[in-house]
Amino acid sequence: MALRNHPSETPDIAALKLRATSLRRHMLAMASGQGAGYIGQGLGMADVLAALYFHELRHDPGDVTWAERDRFLLSTGHYSIALWAALAEAGVLPVAELSTYGADDSRLDMSTLDTTPGVEVIGGSLGHGLGQGVGQALGLRLDKSPARVFVELSDGEMQEGATWEAAMSASSFRLDNLVALIDCNGIQADGKVVLDMEPVADKWRAFGWETQEIDGNDMAAVVGALKAARAAGGKPHAIVLRTLPGRGVPTLETREKAHFVRVDPGEWNDLIREFEKEAANG
Amino acid sequence: MAERARTLAMGQDEATGAGRAGVDAPFGHALVEAAKSRPEIVGLTADLGKYTDILPYRDAHPDRFFNVGMAEQNLVAVAAGLARTGKIPFATTYGVFATRRAYDYIAIAVAHSRINVKIVAGLPGLTTGYGGTHQAIEDLALMRMVPDLVVIDPCDATDIRQATLAIAEHDGPVYMRLLRGKVPVVLDPKAYAFRIGKAAEIRTGGDVGIISTGLMTERAIDAAEALEKRGISAGVLHVPTIKPFDADAVAAFAAKVDRVVTAENHVVVGGLASLVAETLFEKGLVKPLTRIGIPDRYIECGSVPHLQAKYGLATERMVETIAKAA
Repeated sequence: MALRNHPSETPDIAALKLRATSLRRHMLAMASGQGAGYIGQGLGMADVLAALYFHELRHDPGDVTWAERDRFLLSTGHYSIALWAALAEAGVLPVAELSTYGADDSRLDMSTLDTTPGVEVIGGSLGHGLGQGVGQALGLRLDKSPARVFVELSDGEMQEGATWEAAMSASSFRLDNLVALIDCNGIQADGKVVLDMEPVADKWRAFGWETQEIDGNDMAAVVGALKAARAAGGKPHAIVLRTLPGRGVPTLETREKAHFVRVDPGEWNDLIREFEKEAANG
Repeated sequence: MAERARTLAMGQDEATGAGRAGVDAPFGHALVEAAKSRPEIVGLTADLGKYTDILPYRDAHPDRFFNVGMAEQNLVAVAAGLARTGKIPFATTYGVFATRRAYDYIAIAVAHSRINVKIVAGLPGLTTGYGGTHQAIEDLALMRMVPDLVVIDPCDATDIRQATLAIAEHDGPVYMRLLRGKVPVVLDPKAYAFRIGKAAEIRTGGDVGIISTGLMTERAIDAAEALEKRGISAGVLHVPTIKPFDADAVAAFAAKVDRVVTAENHVVVGGLASLVAETLFEKGLVKPLTRIGIPDRYIECGSVPHLQAKYGLATERMVETIAKAA
C-alpha cells in the first residue's frame, strides 16, 4: 500500500525528474498500445503531474476519498493519458491496467469520467473545471479544511467564457486555497492556438489572481512555483505553465503542432527508443 | 380608446390566484426551515436573489450564501463543486438563464454524476411580461431530456413549501420551477402531500380528465367547477413532478374519462402534453387529447393577465377550449 503523500520540506528534484520520466514511459506505452492518444499534451504536462502527485499534493493513494485530501481537477479531460499514468505511478491504479487505455469497457477512458478512482470531476467539456474548483474551495473553506484545490486548464480553454466567470468569482471570494495550473502549450483542436491569448499572465493578474509564469518543463521551477502558491494572502493563485507538447521525444517535440499528434503505426518503437535515449542522457 | 393594461416592473406580483389567500416568498422561508435539519444546505444565486425569494435564507445564513454575479454557467459549476464537498446547494436564477445558458453544466457537471444540486428557476412560462428573453416557455422540455434530473413544476405555496423540503432530503439533482412573491394557496396543506414522482388526483370526473402541472392546476380546478355548471364532468390530476413521471397514475386517471386534456404553463411541445401522449400510447390507451399550453412560438411583452388570456392559459379560455372539445 502506497503511503500518503505530502509536500517535502526538501524536495528531491532529481527524484521528481525520474518520476516524470516514468510517467512519460507509461504514456508512450499506453499510446503505442492504443495506436493513438493525446500523447503530445500528456508528455508536455508530465513534469507538472510528477511534481503534484509525488510532492505538492496531500493525497492518499489507498483512499482517494480521504476528506482532507488536496483536490486535483483535470479540466482538459483529453489529457487523461497523463492522469492515468500519474495515478498508476502513485499506486491508485494498477500499472498493468494502463494497457487498457481507450479500450472498450476500460476504466481508463480517452476522456476522463469521474467513475474512475482518483478522478475528481468529469473533464473534457472545456470550461467546466475552474468553476467546480471554486465551489470545492468554498466548500472546503466552510468546513475549515486545510485541503487545497488545484485545477488544471489549458490555453485554448481560456477561450471558453466560463473560465473568466470562474476567475472573477474566485478572486471576489478571496479563495487563496485555490490554484489554477494553466497549460499553455500553444495548441488547440484546430492546430496552433487560433486566437491571440497573450498576455496570459496579465489577464489573470487583472482578474485578481496572484500569478506566476514559468517553464512548465523545468522541475525546479514547477516545484518552486507550487511552494509560492501556498501563500495565504486572500488571493487565488495562477501558475502559467509554458510547456512543450511531446516533451521528451525529440521527433514529437518538433513535429507539426497538432491537437491529435500524427504518429504512423510503425513509428512507435522508434519514438520509444528515442525517448529512452533522451532519458538515459538525463 | 379603453385604457390598456401595461407590463409591470420586474418583481411586481402579476399572477396571483383568483380570490385565494397568498403566502409571501414560500420558497425562501421553506429553505430556512429545511436548513434547520439540513445544515449542509448552502444558497447561491446569479444576481437574482431578490427576484427568486432566496433572501430569507441569505439573511438567516449570510456565511453560507454566495452570489456569483450574472454568470449562470459558473452558478451551476460552483454549486456542483460545493456539492462535491458534501453541501446541499440551492442555486437560483431565472429558468431561461438556467436552462439556455447553463445547459451543458447542468448535464455534465451535475446530472452526469448525479450531483446533489438543486436548481430553482424563476419566471416559468407566462409569469412575466418581459417577452421571450425572460419567459421560460421550453425549460421543462429541455430539463426532462437530461438523464437522472428530477424536474418539478409546483402549483402553489403549499406545493413549493413541501417540494422544497422534499428535494432537500432527496440525494440527487433537481430542477424546480419557482413561483415567487405572494404565491396563492390552492392545495390544502392538511390534505395534500407532495411526493417526488407522484401525481395527485384533486378531483374526479367522467367526461373529461384534465392532467395539469404547475400553476395550471389552479386554473384546471377552477375550470372544472365552471364546466360542471355547464353539465360537463371534469376531473383534475395534478402532476407536479415532470420527471420521474407518474405514468401509472396518469394512465389510471385517463382510463376513467372520455377525453384527456393537458394543461401546462409551457409550450405544448416536449412538455406535459408530450409526456402524456407517450405514456398513453405506450400503455395502449388511446384517448382524444386536447393540449392547453403556450403555442409553439416566442411570446411578446405585455401584462401577464393579457398574455395568459391571449394564449389560452386563463381559466375562462380553458373552459371555452374544453367545452368546445368535449
